[in-house]
Amino acid sequence: MHTLREIEERARAAADKPAPYGSDLDLAAYIDEAPERSYVDSLEQLEELGEEELARAGVVKSGRQRSGSFVQIDGSVVHRKALEKGLEILSTREALEKYDWLWGYYWKAVAVDSDKYTAAVEMGPYEGYFMRALPGSRTIYPLQACLYIREPRFVQRVHNIIIAEEGSELHIITGCASEHRIQAGLHLGVSEFYVKKGARITFTMVHNWAEGMDVRPRSGIVVEEGGLFMSNYVVMEPVRSLQLYPTARLVGEGATARFHAILVAQPGSEMDVGSRVILSAPRCSAEIVSRAITKGGYIAARGHIRGEVGGVRAHLECRGLILDERGVIHAVPELEGRAEDVDMSHEAAVGKIAQEEVEYLMARGLSEEEAVSTIVRGFLNVKIEGLPPLLEREMRRMMELSEEKAL
Amino acid sequence: MDTMRLGLGGGDLEEAREDKETVLRVEDLHVEVEGRRILHGVNLEIKCGETHVLFGPNGSGKTTLLMAVMGFPRYRVTRGRIFLGEEDITGLPPHERARRGIGIMFQRPPTVRGVSLAQIVALCSRDGVDVEGLAADLNLGDFLSRDVNHGFSGGEIKRSELLQLLAQDPRVVLLDEPESGVDMENLQLVGRAIRKLLQKDLRRRRTRCGLIITHTGYILDYVEADVGHVLCDGAIVCSGNPREQLEGIRRYGFEECARCTR
Ligand SMILES: Nc1ncnc2c1ncn2[C@@H]1O[C@H](COP(=O)(O)OP(=O)(O)OP(=O)(O)O)[C@@H](O)[C@H]1O
Ligand SMILES: [Mg+2]
Repeated sequence: MHTLREIEERARAAADKPAPYGSDLDLAAYIDEAPERSYVDSLEQLEELGEEELARAGVVKSGRQRSGSFVQIDGSVVHRKALEKGLEILSTREALEKYDWLWGYYWKAVAVDSDKYTAAVEMGPYEGYFMRALPGSRTIYPLQACLYIREPRFVQRVHNIIIAEEGSELHIITGCASEHRIQAGLHLGVSEFYVKKGARITFTMVHNWAEGMDVRPRSGIVVEEGGLFMSNYVVMEPVRSLQLYPTARLVGEGATARFHAILVAQPGSEMDVGSRVILSAPRCSAEIVSRAITKGGYIAARGHIRGEVGGVRAHLECRGLILDERGVIHAVPELEGRAEDVDMSHEAAVGKIAQEEVEYLMARGLSEEEAVSTIVRGFLNVKIEGLPPLLEREMRRMMELSEEKAL
Repeated sequence: MDTMRLGLGGGDLEEAREDKETVLRVEDLHVEVEGRRILHGVNLEIKCGETHVLFGPNGSGKTTLLMAVMGFPRYRVTRGRIFLGEEDITGLPPHERARRGIGIMFQRPPTVRGVSLAQIVALCSRDGVDVEGLAADLNLGDFLSRDVNHGFSGGEIKRSELLQLLAQDPRVVLLDEPESGVDMENLQLVGRAIRKLLQKDLRRRRTRCGLIITHTGYILDYVEADVGHVLCDGAIVCSGNPREQLEGIRRYGFEECARCTR
């Protein structure tokens, strides 16, 4: 176990270390101060965020059909509560105070010295959530979390730790959003996921930033024997720059990771989004699927699969649609086999809408515009297996909400 | 309503046939595809209730004619006109023609990923169409949730196209080789669907008409046609009794067909 001191030293040493991808941001351009927001005991008492603003981040203000909620505005945790047995939600700071053992998970799935952004989270005042499903616990309803930025030029530092204990299931819907009128702002979000033996985490995340926002999430996932981690990531609204490359390590036999990403880049947006899975135990499997659409922005859609032992299976699928000639989609699928008997494949395709398909639908009575929109929605309509029905419905609803505005 | 407007209310049926209105008229049609002249001077007139068939060798321009009638921009009309009823539709985009009642069955429709057959059928459906029932009739019940045309076999594509057309219920039905690649059993299904589209079993006066491209003529065993046309090198070289034409083509080939008009 690292001592805190060691962690601090490593963070300090990485304070100026640029990330390998995405534009390099000047951290000095942001501020740490934001007004303190007061805590509310029930989400409905929250005055700062309306129903609609929360809905954009996938959060239901009434809390109905949710097993718990966490809301952070700028640097303040304004609400956190678990409503079902077997679930815990705390702010990460609270949790670290409460549980000594938690330090054993702290910066273990993500390296503190990955780059200057991880270092900045450690060195600055951070908040974030701790979520945990106790052994064997399963809930019907998902937990919801919202990270919101309201203060201009604020740097939001977040460190989340999510643990699904043995045999448990944890479903999370999370949204990150910012005030639309924000000219500049930075979100730094570290998330460490631990999926224990036979456990399962589904993590559905919708990003709704603003044109001036820069966003650098840093996620690491460790999946043990027979565990499953599933991420569904949707970003359709404008953002200035967004760069993430979550990495899942499958360390136990038969562990599985699935990443699905849906990216729509508006003009002026720069997105560099990848997913990486390292398969280091037999019978592990992984799937990375992304759909990227540019309406004028830049997208790098990356994927990296590393098979370290034999008997693993993985597939990477990367498809891009260019709807505006100013747009760029750069698909970078990587397969890295380090053992005999790995079964890894990828497919990537980037192009524009096929005129033939548009005409086909026009012959059925759809105008050109309607035909294009039908095809685009179809393109984004990735079948996601393994989501509980309720979550799948939620996901569709959230997608529709975003699509309406984005497309 | 229709019969009233045409002044046919209760009149003699034979007499009614005499003054059937023309639904689709193609006049001196010249069409280019990617700068290549494919059709030069096609004339065609289909009256209400009629079924026409179109024969012709591979590459003669049959599909091109259908695509031009549907109005796809790749099939550029350089001369001539197309009328639907009284209206000149030569300049209308495909969806406007579809909305006015022209429907087409594609020879090779594209796959649209993420759009299910059920969805596309719903998109082209008139109100109150029993999609499930139609799909069951065409043995496509299990296909409704699949992406349209994705991994469909040749015969399944034909039935999926017919399902869409049945939902759309167009006045003018354009069918591009509906029987090719269909096995004997499914041929019956296909035949039945086309009969329905063209109101072949209707006792009242029919309001639908159609143009069917066929090589084999098998479809004529299910759907009787009124007029046949032979298209050679982008022009209609013969119009007449479809059975006789088919017989002639079988016996002497298209070359004779082309020669006979000279
Ligand atoms: N997109 C295109 N680009 C170039 N040539 C084309 C294109 N579409 C059709 N053609 C040409 O136009 C001619 C007529 O084609 P068309 O498909 O109309 O023939 P067809 O009579 O339907 O033949 P078949 O019986 O084989 O279906 C052919 O020589 C064909 O190669
Ligand atoms: Mg053809």
